[in-house]
Amino acid sequence: METPKLNSLYQQLILEHYKSPRNKGDLEDRTIEVHMANPVCGDEIRLQLRIEDDTIESAKFMGQGCSISQAAVSIMTTLLEGRSLSDAEDLADSFTSVMHGDQDAARDKALGDLRALQGVSKFPVRVKCALLGFDALREALRQHDEERDN
Amino acid sequence: MPVERGLDVQAVRSEFPALAQAVHGKPLVYLDNAATSQKPRAVLDALSHYYRADNANVHRGIHELSRRATDAYEGARAKVAAWVGADDPQELVWTRGTTEAINLVATAWGLDNLTEGDEILISVLEHHSNIVPWQLLARRTGAEVRYLELDEEGRLVLDDLERLVTDRTKLVSISHVSNALGTINPVSQIAEAGRAVGARILIDGAQGAVHTKVDVTDLDVDFYAFSGHKMCGPTGIGALWARRELLEEMAPYQGGGEMIHLVGRDESTWADVPHKFEAGTPNIAGAIGFGAAVDFLSEIGMDAIAAHERALVRYALERFDAIEGVRVFGPRSLDERSAVVSFSMDDAHPHDISTILDAEGVAVRAGHHCAQLVMKHFGVPATARASFYLYNTTEEVDRLVDGLERVRSIFA
Repeated sequence: METPKLNSLYQQLILEHYKSPRNKGDLEDRTIEVHMANPVCGDEIRLQLRIEDDTIESAKFMGQGCSISQAAVSIMTTLLEGRSLSDAEDLADSFTSVMHGDQDAARDKALGDLRALQGVSKFPVRVKCALLGFDALREALRQHDEERDN
Repeated sequence: MPVERGLDVQAVRSEFPALAQAVHGKPLVYLDNAATSQKPRAVLDALSHYYRADNANVHRGIHELSRRATDAYEGARAKVAAWVGADDPQELVWTRGTTEAINLVATAWGLDNLTEGDEILISVLEHHSNIVPWQLLARRTGAEVRYLELDEEGRLVLDDLERLVTDRTKLVSISHVSNALGTINPVSQIAEAGRAVGARILIDGAQGAVHTKVDVTDLDVDFYAFSGHKMCGPTGIGALWARRELLEEMAPYQGGGEMIHLVGRDESTWADVPHKFEAGTPNIAGAIGFGAAVDFLSEIGMDAIAAHERALVRYALERFDAIEGVRVFGPRSLDERSAVVSFSMDDAHPHDISTILDAEGVAVRAGHHCAQLVMKHFGVPATARASFYLYNTTEEVDRLVDGLERVRSIFA
C-alpha cells in the first residue's frame, strides 16, 4: 500500500476546528441527547439536538478526544442546523461512504467542509474517529423516531 | 555461564527478522514492546521445527513423534519454571497467557476459598485483567474488592497497607510492574503484609518476568502469572506458577481430556498437577516456543538486558524533558521504573501522536493501555506509551524524539 501523506490527514481546516470547535457547549432547549464513546481509545461525544417538525433547529456537542473525532463532530454540527431529518440521514450516509473510500461520494457538495476529512479514509485505523459524531447523529435520529412512534 | 558484560545491541537486533524492515518508507522503530515483543529467530525456528519434524499430540501416543513432542513440551515446562525460580516444574501450569492464569486462580481457587465479607486487595495501578476477574469473583461470592491508591508519580501508596490489609483479606493480587506507567511495585513488602494476615498472594508478572530475574521463592508469593509473548515467545502461551500444595487442593479449571485420571458415568478423578488444569490438547508449539524464548534471554543474560533498558529509559527521559509541552507519567527514579515511558503532549491527543509517529516508522501505543483506573487517576483519557526492550537503541529514541518534534510542528 502506498504510504499516505500526513498533510492529507491534518488539513488546516481540521486543526482549526480541533483548536476552536464550533457549537461546543450545552444546548439548553435540546429535545434529544446522545452519548457516544469509542471505548478502545477513549474518544467521546455528547451530541445534543433540538428537533422540531422533522427539522434539526440546532445542534451542539460536548466531547473530548483526538483531532479527527473532535473536528469531524464540530464540522458536522455546522452543517446540521436547518437541515431536515432525511437530509441529515443522507449526509451521514454520504460521509460514511467517503470514509470507506468512495471517490464519487466525495464529490457530493452537500458535504461542505467535511470534504477536508477525505484524507482520513487513507488511514483505516482513524476512520472510526471521524465517524464517531455521525454515529451519535444516527443514534439521535433513531431515538427521535422511536419517541415519535410511541 | 555467559560473562556479564554490556549487550551487543546490533548482534541482538540481527536475531529479530521483523526489525529489519521499512514502514512507510522509514526503518521500523518498534517501541510497543509492553504490548508484545518481536520474536527472535531461535523462537521462530523452534516453532517451525516442531511443526515440520515433531508434530504429534503429547502424553498420548506410544509412537516416536509423540515421544519427541512430549519431551520438548515438558522440557519447555522445566525451562520456564526455572525462569521464575521454581524448584519443581510440576508447579507450572500452562495457560493462554497472564489473563487466563489470573482467571484460573479466580475460578479454581477463589470460588472455594472466598465467602461473603471476605476481601480481595488489588490496586488502582492494575491492568484490567487483574481487576475484572476479581470483580466477577466478588459478585459470585459476596466478597469485596479493595484498592491500594496511587501517588502523583504513579506509585502505590503503602501508608494505606496497614489499614487495607485486614483479617478479612483472603487474597492480595498486585502487578509486579505496571504496563501503563512502568512502575516497579515493592511486591515483597506487599506480600509480607498480606502474609501476616494469612492472605494468599498473587503477582501479575506480565511485565515483570520480561525485564527482571524473578524468584518466586524469594518473593514468598503463592501465585505468579505471566505471558510468553511479551518476552520473545509466541502469543497464546503463558503460565501460572503456584505452590504445589495449593494446586493440589484446588478444583479443576476446565474439564476435558488430559486433565482426568479415570472417568466414570457419574464421577471422575483428576490427573496429577499440573495436568489437572490443562484440559484439552495444549498449545504444544507455543510452550516449546516459550522455552526457546527463555533460552534465548538466558543466553544474553537478564542483568545485561536490565542495564541496557535502564540506559535507554534514562536517555529517553532526558530527551523528553527537553521537549516543550511533554508530560511524562510514572516514577522519576530509575530504580522504580521499568522500560516504559508513558506521556502526553499539550494540544496533541495521543492518537494523533501515534498516527504522526507511525508515518515516521515509529510504533508506539496510544490509549488507556487496559488501565482505565490509572488514566482516571491522572485525569487523562489516554496516554502515548513508548516501551523498550533489549533490541532498542538510543538512535531509536532519537527517532522518537524527532517524531515528537513533528507532532509539535503540526499541532503548535
